[in-house]
Amino acid sequence: MTDDVRSFHADEEPHHPEGHSTMLGFWIYLMSDCLIFAVLFAVYAVLGRSYAGGPGPRELFDLSLVAVNTSMLLLSSITYGFAMLEMARDRVKPMVVWLIITGLFGAVFLGIEIYEFNHLIHEGAGPQSSAFLSSFFALVGTHGLHVTFGILWLITLLVQVGRFGLTDFNKRRLMCLSLFWHFLDVIWIGVFTFVYLMGLI
Amino acid sequence: MSSHDTHDHAAHDHGTIRSYVTGFVLAVILTVIPFYVVMTGGLPSRDLTVFVVLATATVQIVVHMYYFLHMKPGTEGGWSMISLIFTLIILGIMLAGSVWVMYHLNANMMPMQPDM
Repeated sequence: MTDDVRSFHADEEPHHPEGHSTMLGFWIYLMSDCLIFAVLFAVYAVLGRSYAGGPGPRELFDLSLVAVNTSMLLLSSITYGFAMLEMARDRVKPMVVWLIITGLFGAVFLGIEIYEFNHLIHEGAGPQSSAFLSSFFALVGTHGLHVTFGILWLITLLVQVGRFGLTDFNKRRLMCLSLFWHFLDVIWIGVFTFVYLMGLI
Repeated sequence: MSSHDTHDHAAHDHGTIRSYVTGFVLAVILTVIPFYVVMTGGLPSRDLTVFVVLATATVQIVVHMYYFLHMKPGTEGGWSMISLIFTLIILGIMLAGSVWVMYHLNANMMPMQPDM
């Protein structure tokens, strides 16, 4: 009986090396994050036309700024992809360079978004002016907050790689951040489509 | 067991330069089309403009999923795809349900402003 149990464990355990299910777990986290954004999109869909006599998308949004922002995020997506390709070939230096470029694109994206928010608030179109603007700031702000934490995470991993090298742990972490980063770009497609483009048609 | 491990590691698809560049070019095209259409004042019919914008966004999301997130039916033994489909179903119910319910709620309220 005890023999059976021991052999059972010996057979099964090597099937689950450490970190084996991390990627799937992280993917499921992203799916739950997707639901957070879905709720915010639903709120925007419901409240997005309630201007309370204030300005609407036509008066507020500057599409050329959004186009620049979109290209920043898209460029950061492909540079992260290049970093992952270098990681797969264990080339640390080029990987770090691509990651830094990714982080810079992300920072420019954030800078433009903060400029836009600042501009709106100074025009008197802050989150408290109408239901439309409340839901706009909640949705776009949550995305911006995600990008902010993505950049902080990126910096943390750069320090980790600098100190401990490209260990299996760090590879797994970089792969998780890769999913997170590309996922944010997917959410941004929803944002520029439903908020900016649909608002201006 | 080690063969299992290496197989497992190889299962995490990193893509190739080619696949990333293909995805990037497709994403750029699918971003430029809706921005161009809306920024030049839209197509003659409003419905057609909405359709073009929504269609390009949908295709672009699929492009991102495939080329950047490496989402394929077999990833993680199919569990990634199942959780994605589950999320999409919940998402569809919730978005469509919210808009539907709130629209009818609004429609049944007393009119407030004549302009909308």
